[in-house]
Amino acid sequence: MIVAEQKSLDEMKTLIGDAQKVLVVGCGTCVTVCFAGGAREAAIVAASLRMATQLDGKIKTVSDVTVQRQCEWEYLDEIAEQVRAADVVLSLGCGIGVQAIAEHFPQTWVVPGLNTSFLGLPTEQGVWAERCAACGDCLLGRTGGICPIARCSKSLLNGPCGGSEAGHCEVNPDIPCAWQLIYDRLSSLGKLDLLLEIQPPKNWKAARDGGPRKIVREDLRLAAEEE
Amino acid sequence: MAAQPGSNGYLVGSNLERVLRAGHFAVTAELGPPQSADGDVIRKKAALLKGCCDAVNITDNQTAIVRMSSIGAGAIVVQEGLEPVIQMTCRDRNRLAIQSDLLGAYALGMRNLLCLSGDHQSFGNHPSAKNVFDLDSIQLVQMVTAMRDAKVFQCGEPFKGQEPRFFVGAAAAPFADPVEFRPYRLAKKIKAGANFIQTQLIYDIPAFKNFMEKVRQMGLHEQVYILAGVGPLKSPAMARYMKESVPGLWVPDEFIARMEAAGAPWADIPKDQLSKEDKKARADAWKQEGIRICIELIQQIREIEGVAGVHIMAIEWEEAVRPIVEGAGLLPRPSVSAPTAQEASYD
Repeated sequence: MIVAEQKSLDEMKTLIGDAQKVLVVGCGTCVTVCFAGGAREAAIVAASLRMATQLDGKIKTVSDVTVQRQCEWEYLDEIAEQVRAADVVLSLGCGIGVQAIAEHFPQTWVVPGLNTSFLGLPTEQGVWAERCAACGDCLLGRTGGICPIARCSKSLLNGPCGGSEAGHCEVNPDIPCAWQLIYDRLSSLGKLDLLLEIQPPKNWKAARDGGPRKIVREDLRLAAEEE
Repeated sequence: MAAQPGSNGYLVGSNLERVLRAGHFAVTAELGPPQSADGDVIRKKAALLKGCCDAVNITDNQTAIVRMSSIGAGAIVVQEGLEPVIQMTCRDRNRLAIQSDLLGAYALGMRNLLCLSGDHQSFGNHPSAKNVFDLDSIQLVQMVTAMRDAKVFQCGEPFKGQEPRFFVGAAAAPFADPVEFRPYRLAKKIKAGANFIQTQLIYDIPAFKNFMEKVRQMGLHEQVYILAGVGPLKSPAMARYMKESVPGLWVPDEFIARMEAAGAPWADIPKDQLSKEDKKARADAWKQEGIRICIELIQQIREIEGVAGVHIMAIEWEEAVRPIVEGAGLLPRPSVSAPTAQEASYD
């Protein structure tokens, strides 16, 4: 899932600026699951902003609404009226949600309430960790299902470097060394010979380095036309 | 493609390659460029190192702190009549920048190259910087040996004219985790084309002997020149810091105790009562003991089969190199005549 966390209330207030009518828009998908921008968080943020603006003596109208997914036009259509009535939309979606609102409502000023952090998973209650860098050319089949691009601090393809100590990365003891994990897993599965092969330089074209990415599925486009 | 020596028997013919090929126990040292644009710092350090090592490593933004570039400093070192080993990390440059810098380095007379992944920028003075890591150190070795031997750029396009020819080195950290994988990773670096290896600092001789035994079992010492990293301890605090905080560095308690003993005459004086002279005398005593330990380490390392030399890392203490090399009985440095231009044909 996409993992995000809320910006501080102060930053949200700064982003909202002088706008009078504020609409906080939550998202019912990834950011709901990571407790950053779901219906519950949208309601809390709206209440906090109301309280804060009262304390500042600059009373604003703050309401909130949550859609199933901010990243699909059809769900945004459902809130078109509220969006158009607002001076500013504070999106509690990920960066995609914010941009979807901006793209769908050209006349609306939209600001982000979250920092989109990474693609990851909850490893335990209240803890999320990065797992995928969306590099566009998955190599997990060569590394025992553990991604060195996302999880090694240097994204080494032929690790580990000399900074691996007792299972963690020298950059931070909270970071498990991805290459120790890969080594342990391949070792327990009897596939250490995979580590003897030199992995060639990566083709970063499929990653963000190749420019903004886009997928076109002609089969689906044809199917849509036929309908 | 396998490395093919030229008609003169050398891949490159650098002094370091000649000394190693002739079977001498090689000595390399380290020269850290300044955090300034002052070329005189390089000249002074080069003067300290000239004559007591076969080549000198020029670090590349070591510990991710911005310093004069390795190649810029290396050009001065060449002018000073000393042979540089250019260090190149993958942290700051992508494959385009690395290749173009190396074309320049060769044109400026540099002939040895050490390929490293590089310390993560979070340790340095620009921790908010974006890193590169387009290649890793093993891929870097592959790239530069292919530039030399297959005469192609990383993309596969052939050179139009002179190819850059470097004697290619890589690093090894025998005691970093997972320790049991380290000889195999060394083997990967050799497979990628490394000609020489400089290891992380060695203080634990029995552990290094174990590592070298595995290296010999795998026959790696016959495919690459292994230079063991050594360095003089400066103080007991430095020794403890290395032991406790630097991954892949094993410092036996015996050496920490010896460093403490060297400072014993001042140990009972309360900190605030230590005079300037006391502090200097204590620092000198520590340094002397550090140099003594380093000499002993070199002597023991020299006895280990498969070790081709030592790499002395006296960080910001280049003055220590000469007494260490001299104390270890490694002076004068051998002179192996350079191949003539006519001999040096690589086609």
